[in-house]
This record gives sequence, C-alpha cells and structure tokens, in this order.
Amino acid sequence: MTTDTAYIRDEFVPERPAPGRAGGPIMWLRANLFATPSDAILTVLGVIFLLWAVPPIYNFIIGHAVFPGGTVEDCRAEGAGACWAYIYARFNFFIYGFYPIDQYWRPNIVFILGAALILPLLIPTAPFKRINAVLFFLVFPVFGFFLLSGGVFGLSYVPTEQWGGLLVTLIISLVGIICSIPLGILLALGRQSDLPVIKTLCVMFIELWRAMPLITVLFMASIMLPLFMPTGTNVDKLLRALVGVTLFASAYLAEVVRGGLQALPRGQYEAGASLGLSYWKRTYFIILPQAIKHVIPGIVNNFIALFKDTSLVSIVGIFDLLNTVQAASSDIEWASPTQAVTGYVFAAFMFWIFCFAMSRYSLWMERRLDTGHKR
Amino acid sequence: MAVQDNIGERAPRASLLNDPVVRGIIYQVLVAAAVVAFISWIVLNTAQNLAAQNKSTGFDFLFRTAGFDISFTLFPWSRTSLYWQAFLAGLLNTLLVSIIGIFFATILGFTLGIARLSSNWLVARVATVYIETIRNIPLLLQLFFWYFAVLKAMPAVRESFALPLDIFINQRGLMVPRPLPDQEFVWVLVAIVTALIAAIAIGIWATRVRTATGRYPGQVVLAAKVADAIVSFLVALLAFSLLANMVRGISMPIMLGASVLVAAVSVTRFAPFGRATLAFVFGLTILYALLVAMFPAVPQLLIASGSAIGGLTMAWITFARATERPPSEGRFPFALLILIAVGIPSLVYWATGAQLAFEIPVLARFNFRGGVQLPPELVALVFGLTIYTAAFIAENVRGGIRAVSSGQNEAAQSLGLKEGDRLRLVIIPQAMRVIVPPLTSQYLNLTKNSSLGAAIGYPELVNVFTGTTLNQTGKAIEVIALTMAVYLTFSLLTSAFMNWYNGRVALVER
Repeated sequence: MTTDTAYIRDEFVPERPAPGRAGGPIMWLRANLFATPSDAILTVLGVIFLLWAVPPIYNFIIGHAVFPGGTVEDCRAEGAGACWAYIYARFNFFIYGFYPIDQYWRPNIVFILGAALILPLLIPTAPFKRINAVLFFLVFPVFGFFLLSGGVFGLSYVPTEQWGGLLVTLIISLVGIICSIPLGILLALGRQSDLPVIKTLCVMFIELWRAMPLITVLFMASIMLPLFMPTGTNVDKLLRALVGVTLFASAYLAEVVRGGLQALPRGQYEAGASLGLSYWKRTYFIILPQAIKHVIPGIVNNFIALFKDTSLVSIVGIFDLLNTVQAASSDIEWASPTQAVTGYVFAAFMFWIFCFAMSRYSLWMERRLDTGHKR
Repeated sequence: MAVQDNIGERAPRASLLNDPVVRGIIYQVLVAAAVVAFISWIVLNTAQNLAAQNKSTGFDFLFRTAGFDISFTLFPWSRTSLYWQAFLAGLLNTLLVSIIGIFFATILGFTLGIARLSSNWLVARVATVYIETIRNIPLLLQLFFWYFAVLKAMPAVRESFALPLDIFINQRGLMVPRPLPDQEFVWVLVAIVTALIAAIAIGIWATRVRTATGRYPGQVVLAAKVADAIVSFLVALLAFSLLANMVRGISMPIMLGASVLVAAVSVTRFAPFGRATLAFVFGLTILYALLVAMFPAVPQLLIASGSAIGGLTMAWITFARATERPPSEGRFPFALLILIAVGIPSLVYWATGAQLAFEIPVLARFNFRGGVQLPPELVALVFGLTIYTAAFIAENVRGGIRAVSSGQNEAAQSLGLKEGDRLRLVIIPQAMRVIVPPLTSQYLNLTKNSSLGAAIGYPELVNVFTGTTLNQTGKAIEVIALTMAVYLTFSLLTSAFMNWYNGRVALVER
C-alpha cells in the first residue's frame, strides 16, 4: 500500500530477534546482583563481608561448640565455641529461677494453659472468641497467680522472690499487656474527650509517663511506692515492678489507640449519636471495634517493645530471664572463656523468638485487615 | 403522610440530669474530686512515712558535699564536689553519650535504610537480617554483651590492640590522642569558620546567578577550572602515595610527575582518563589493605590480583560516568568550594606558625600515659545505642522513601532529571517530610535509653543522681522529681521541634 502522506510508513519495520532468556538463574543473577558495574562491586564487597563474618559465627555457634554431653573441660579447651552443655545444665534455672524443683509442675501447667488459651485467641477464625477472651484475660491470671504462689488448696507457699527466669519475664509482660489494654483505652478516650478537666488530666498523665525512661519509672516504683502507701504496708517487689511496667505501657498504648480514634471519620460518631446511643454504648458498639481494628499492628508493636523492656526489671533486682543468665555467668562450676557469651546468645535467641513471632503476626494481621480499606 | 409541626412549641421538659452540659460538669467535678482525694491521700501517707523515718524534705542537700567518686566526668571532679555538681556531671555524661550515639546512629541508620531498598539482592538481604535481628533483642542484653563479653574480654593493658592513628584499645577502654592546640590556633579556627561561610555564600550566589541567567558567573567558572586542576593534583598525590605504600620503587619524583600529568589532563577533554586512573589506584590500594587485614590466611598474590580486578571495575565505572559529565561551565563548582573551605585554613595554619600537636597515649609501666582515656562503659554504651537505634532509624528511612509515590519519580524522569538530581530535588525532600518526625522521636528514645548505662556502670544521670545520690541522701522525692524534670524537658523540647517542623513542611492543600 502506498500513500502520499510522508509521515506514514509504507513498509514494515524489520523484525527484531527474540529477546534473550528472560528467566533462569543466570538472568536472576544478572538482574539482582550484577545489573550495573557498581552493583557488581557492591555484590563482591557483600560476598567478601559474608566470607569474613559468617565462618567465625558458624564456628562459634555450631562448628566448634560443645553440645550437651560435653564437659567443662571441653568448654575450656583452646578454640572451643559456645558451651551449650552449660546452658543445658542450667536450663531449669533460666526457665524457673529459684522455684522449688519439686513444684515445677505448677509453672508447667501455667505455661501449657496459657499457650492453649492464647493460640485460639490469635487465630481469627477460631470460634468462641468471647468465652476465650474472658478465660484468658480474667480467669487465667487469677488462676495462674494462685497456682504459682500457692498457700491455698493445700499447695505449698512459694514467695515471689523465688520466681524467676523466663517465667517472670512472661508474667511481667503478660500482666503488663492485660492491665495496660483497659487503662490505655480509657486514657485514649479521656484524651479525646470534650470535657476539659478530664482531657487535661489524661494528657498530663500520658505525657509524663512517656517522657521518662522505663528505668526511672522502675526506680520510682520500687522507691516511691512504699512511701505512698499507708505506714506499715509491705508492697511486694514484683508487684512494684508490675505497677511501674503497667502504667508505663498504658501511656504508650493510649497514644496508639488515640491514633485509631482519630482515624475514624466523624460520621461514625455522629451516626451513633443520631441513633440515640449514649456515650458509652456508642463507644463500645461503634467506635472502639473500628478504632482498635485499625491499630492492631501498632498495639502488637507496643507489646514487642514491652516484652523487650521487661528485661530492665533486672536492674531493680528481679530475676527475669536476662538476670538469671547474667547471674549464672559467674558460676565457677562452668567457668570457661565462652561462658558469658554463650549465655547472652541463648538469652538473645529466646527474646528474639518471641519478638520475631509477634512482629510476623502483626504483619500478617496488617495484611489481613488491610483488604477492606483500600480505595 | 402526616407531618407533625413542632415549630413554635417549647422544647419538651427534661430532667436537668439529662442535660449533656450539666452532666459534663458533674462528671468533671467528680473526677477532679477523686484525683484530689487520691493525691492528698498519697501526700498524707508520704508525710507520715517520712516523719516515721525522721527525714526532712527540701533541696538544700544539693549544696552539701557529695563525697563519692565518679569514674568519668567532663569537668574536674573531686570528693569535695557538691551534689548539684554530681547532678551536672550526670546530665553532661547523658548528653555526651546521646550526642555521639545520635551522630553514628543517623549515619548507620540511613545507610541501612537505603541498603534495604537497594535493587541489589544481597545488599538488601544483609540489611534486612541486621534490622530484624537487632530490633528483636532487648537493648540491655546488647549492652551486657558489648560490655561484659566484648570489652571486658579485651586484652590487658600490656597487650593492647593498636588501631590506626595512635588509638589503642584494651580492658580499660579506648585510648585516643589528645589534641593540644597552642595560642595561635585560635586564628585557624576563625579561618575555618570564615572560609566555610565564604564557600557556602559563593555556592548560593553562583546558583542564584545561574537560576537567573542560565549560566554560572564567568569568574566562578574560571576559578573552578583552576581549582579542579589543583584538587586533581592533590588527590592524585594522595593516590600515588597510597600506591607507593603498596608497591616499592615509586619514588617522590615519579609521584610528583604523575600527579602533575593527571592535573594537566584534568583541564583537557581527556579528563575521564585521568579520573579512571585515579579510581583504579584508589580501588586497588584500599581493597588490598582491607582484604589483607580481613583474610590473613589467603596468599597476598591472590589478594593483589583480586584487588586489581576491583580497581579496574572502579576505573570502568568512573570512566563511564566521567564521559557523561557536562562541560565544566555547566557544573556546580564543588572543587572550588572545597578548596576554599580547606585551603584557606591550611594557609592560615602555615602562615601564623600555629601548632596543633597531639599528645599520643604511650604505654607506661602499668597504664597508658597521656592522651584521652575513654572508659569501656562509654564505648560499650555508644556501641549498643548506635547499633540498636540504627535498626529503628533504618525502618523510618525505608518507610519515608517508600511513602513518596512512584509517580513523583516518573514525573521527575519525564522532566529529564538525572538519577542523582531526581533523588536530591524530588524524592529526598518529600521523604524527609515523613522521616523527620519519627526520626526525632528515635533521637529522644536514644537519649532516654542512655539511662541503661546505669546497668553497666556508666556514670550518667540515672546512675549518679537517681542511684548514688538518692542512696546517700535518702531524698527520694526531690531526686526523682529533678530526674523527671530533666527527661520531661528533653521530651517537651523534642515535641516542640516536631510541631515546628511539621508546621513548616506540612503539605499546603486547598
């Protein structure tokens, strides 16, 4: 076909050859590691760094490590890696602290019950959410407390000074989480309130706690709380720490919940009011379910921070996981050059497992809840 | 449909209790009364307890002799110092470690955040592993690790590790040289400040002229060409002296000649060849030194050939970049500004005969003499805070960059901006809007977290004041109130800055 319009082609563009292979490992390498010369240099530097850093770490943790069954002499040998035999020998101390050995079944029941109650709570499709939540948030803490401390139903009394290790870490974070939720929600609602007195009080409370480092809060709780109580009251050391951690956590939680409240469109509040619902009914049935749903990832991130922060109670003399590891590292029976590092690696791994699991859960929830809100 | 007409009728009578305004007032009065009652209960209890323990209240203890030692202070400290000086020492130590920590954490955090977004799979993966590991381990545990497992396991004083620049590390911390400026050195400082201001002023002026007329002013272009040649000469001299360290037989005349050649080439159109040569030399020497230190077991010939390949790649990249550079008339005169900022102070230093000597730490019989001795607690705290906070900053940076919509990048591309300009003029300014608020709260977190230094014995505010001072004086309420006041001030200053910044950069919409 010919035409006299100059700008229209009258012949086909010659065919180009088919593109090279678009897939396969070689193309992947080219696209992701060697796309440009500077990319290639980065890759080579990265490989050099890994070659330098990974073998010593591998040798320490696995290659030259002394596994359970080994002896102190193996750990003291020149060039020995982590002394897992020491962790194995002291494992019960890291988990239960100074809890009487013949009573280990009590914390074990608490662990199992807690896990059995929390798992269905975390799975959104599991049934009986309401009963489950009541059991976990109200019944379980009371039951767990009486089972652990004893003194009733013929159980021997175990004072809180003997509780320790992972048990105490979990107790502090769980109590902090459970108590800070209602407190944090109330504070957030108060901060959003139209009533100036309530609003001011809530803002002051939240900002004061958020301004201070947790370690000061714990110092304060352990020194000031006995002063504030009527003369002669004896406040348990663990309880003081719990009060400090809870108030601290609730101030942070309040800010997260406030974010959720602010994200709700005004129409939701107004629609609730136009239905003739009272403030509390409106808040409970309309506002909170939507606001909390928005900020579940933020709340879980708060819990991760709280879980890590529980390690600070070791400063006020409570034997949590970190403090038991620290105390055991001066154990002469297992004294070896790698003793301290092994303990820290173990503790770090324990904390990491819990925090990483929580953060993955929060990511997963975020993706799950995200679907309805994209416009 | 029947419509009831209510207009003109009075509102139905209702109980005063159901009036929202009256109700609100009643609620508030009740809450206020409850809070007042609770606080007075606490105050009464406290007064009783204090009376029972025979303790007085008041801040007069601040002017009594402290009588304890502080291992590390920024001003001379003796046992006869007063409690308010202890407070100040603690506060200054907190600020010191926070400022150092913030500086390093920002650099590391930005690097990691950008690395995590890198298109290079390996780099992104390494950054991800770092962030996910460090974020999920308590800071206190990391501090214990650095302090008890790393720094306490350092060799004893006799077997100190020697680092470059006369820095030594051992059980007792880090020994660094102490700068000893003499009287004339003040003039050099004045020159540094003046030159810096001058350089910035010239830069701004040149950019303005270029924005108005389309080209940089003629004097600046001419000066920039000269400065380019001088800077090329100096950089070349540095490169060849590094090479002379590695390869024997390169004498001073050869170095000088080669440097002059590179400088001469840099003003011709063959400049890319000169730059590529320098890139090769730098790549070769730095990679060689690094690899020899990292892998002592690998034969040196192998390392040398590997480094040569690395250097050649560097040369190739530099050559490709250099050929795409616009002619010097269109380039921002960086070399000129650097030459002004560095050269003028150097001239003044040389002309006034000022002396900046360094007192180098020397191993005496039992300990190091001279230099500055940074305690291991400080080093461990800086390490821990930097590494921990950097992971959080990296996440903020990543979030900020991701928050800039890809349309912005595409729009900038369609305007014909180069990659560097796209980042500098379009992406980063918008990302900073998102990054800065969480960044400031990370800085505040770092400052608050520095209180964990108390656990490893670094004498910061909580350790010196809320710890030792409280134990010695028993003034719990006063001491804790002062500590709270300090942290509250930090927090309020931070949020004041954040509000100011948010107001300044907020998107102006309809």
